[in-house]
Amino acid sequence: MTLTAKDVAEITRLLEESTFDELYLELDGVKLSLKRNGAARGAAGASAAAPSGASAALGASAMPTGAAAPAAARPTTARGSALAAAADPNLHNVTSPLLGTYYRAPKPGAPPYVEVGSLVEEDTIIGIVEVMKLMNTVRAGVKGRVTEILARDGTLVEYGETVLRVALA
Amino acid sequence: MSIRRILIANRGEIATRIIRTCRTLGIETVLAASEADRNSLPAQLADRTVCIGPARASESYLKVETIVQAALGTGANAIHPGYGFLSERAALARLCEEQGVIFIGPTAEQIEAVGDKLRARAAAEAAQVPVVPGGAVESADEALSLAEKVGVPLLVKAVGGGGGRGMKRVDRISDLAAAMELASSEAGAAFGDARVYLERFVTRGRHVEVQVLGDGKGRVIHLGERDCSVQRRFQKLIEETPAPGLTDSFRRQLHEAAVRFSERLSYRGAGTVEFLVDMDREAFYFLEMNARIQVEHPVTEAVTGVDLVAEQIAIAAGEGLRLTQAQVQNRGCALECRVNAEDPDADFQPSPGVVTDVSWPAGAGIRVDTHIVSGARVPPFYDSLLAKIITHTPERATTLALMQNAISSTRVAGVATNLSFHSTVLGNAEFQTGGVDTGFVARLLERSPLLQRKVQHG
Repeated sequence: MTLTAKDVAEITRLLEESTFDELYLELDGVKLSLKRNGAARGAAGASAAAPSGASAALGASAMPTGAAAPAAARPTTARGSALAAAADPNLHNVTSPLLGTYYRAPKPGAPPYVEVGSLVEEDTIIGIVEVMKLMNTVRAGVKGRVTEILARDGTLVEYGETVLRVALA
Repeated sequence: MSIRRILIANRGEIATRIIRTCRTLGIETVLAASEADRNSLPAQLADRTVCIGPARASESYLKVETIVQAALGTGANAIHPGYGFLSERAALARLCEEQGVIFIGPTAEQIEAVGDKLRARAAAEAAQVPVVPGGAVESADEALSLAEKVGVPLLVKAVGGGGGRGMKRVDRISDLAAAMELASSEAGAAFGDARVYLERFVTRGRHVEVQVLGDGKGRVIHLGERDCSVQRRFQKLIEETPAPGLTDSFRRQLHEAAVRFSERLSYRGAGTVEFLVDMDREAFYFLEMNARIQVEHPVTEAVTGVDLVAEQIAIAAGEGLRLTQAQVQNRGCALECRVNAEDPDADFQPSPGVVTDVSWPAGAGIRVDTHIVSGARVPPFYDSLLAKIITHTPERATTLALMQNAISSTRVAGVATNLSFHSTVLGNAEFQTGGVDTGFVARLLERSPLLQRKVQHG
């Protein structure tokens, strides 16, 4: 499954014209998340919404299925996130220490360990990664405020994949 | 059960090769890659790649639970283990069985049965497949009478030993008692087990193996043999089929022995039964069974026209054997050279790095299985196999000539390779005659100036 730049532009336009702030699309092997600029800031930011304000992040497998040289390295989720964080030295990516199923809460129905805006310390538990019934806790590793949660509850996270971002305190 | 998406728990050329067959079958692929292989060719070619862990294999490719979790998490209903890594780890086959994931390979029970040397030897004997003559001895008298039956030279081996430790060679029966005593006391000290056994020492041996396919219900066919005698320190470098210079009846006996052994296990999937061919006695002995696809499988594919990976998948999906023995027709002669990133001028030391430029041979009768394209990384964490070049023509002489051309037209820049070694072997009169023994490479290197340089390097 592949998405062309044109497809992404079209989907972005649909989001712009909709009443929604965020779009998360997951096709076979392709993850696309779009967010209106200022969505987190609430209604006040709505008037500022413009096509250029939508940020598109192509996920793990948005790649041509034909033969491609490794030199033309495709972006991976973790790499894309790392680039985003590199743009802002104050932002830290908290990555998954292993491949498994990511859970945001200690058990189904319980409140998540952290939300956007939560303050975390180095040893604050931010989620669980399950590998064949074995629950592994993931800690923030840094001190700061959660700005974004990327990994979705109950889905597969890869080794090194960014699960959330923290603005360093 | 139909297989719609396969998780490939491997890397390198074999991952690329499995993806190729999956594409022709319309099966989706998910590659489980370590951090070091994220941008490899198979990662580009797979429909999806998931990063399973850091570069070190023990934290990625060798983690049974992570591999099965990756299959479950990506909706893959089957796992192909390739060769090496977890391919012959019964724990992976068992966890797959428990989790309802199809393991493309034999059952966990079969992996265990062939993985244990003593059990495998007993199974071979029960299937009337010859094993290396010898056996356990408890007293000097017993040893003497057995040694007279087996003949010299022979080896005194420690039951608890391995890797050559606790092994004594006996060339004269009169030396036996002393060697037994020494081996036994050494074994007791080293392994806490003083038991020893005797085994015939084969002075000139060839490594010949038979490819089999089994449906898991007792039906087994063979796809001919491969001669893998061109080895350096047990590392195969060149393989060919058919094995040169065997009589038709000897060849048939090898094939039948492999089928009998596999039938006895009701073996499922693709497997290889390895034999030691005793050249002086014109006899063969069972060595072991490899319960996986092998590196050198393409030579068999070349002469039979059978896609072994496709058959593995069909058997795993419950389709059974799609071929009868009579439908397997071996035509011509095929040869494989393993191109490794290792330096023959420096005692074959691995040479990891970045392949800055590469050009593989192409043309009629030439197949190249590789994951190396210009710019590819050869990480230091894994084996050094860069590519397998396979040539196939109706005759052995033309197959060798085609390989010589293929090797000399191959260009690999950025890492050292063993291409010059292959040229040397292909130009060697003994190899050209065919039927060399497993000591061939060692003798060749002793005679060549390469070793002198190695000694200078210390």
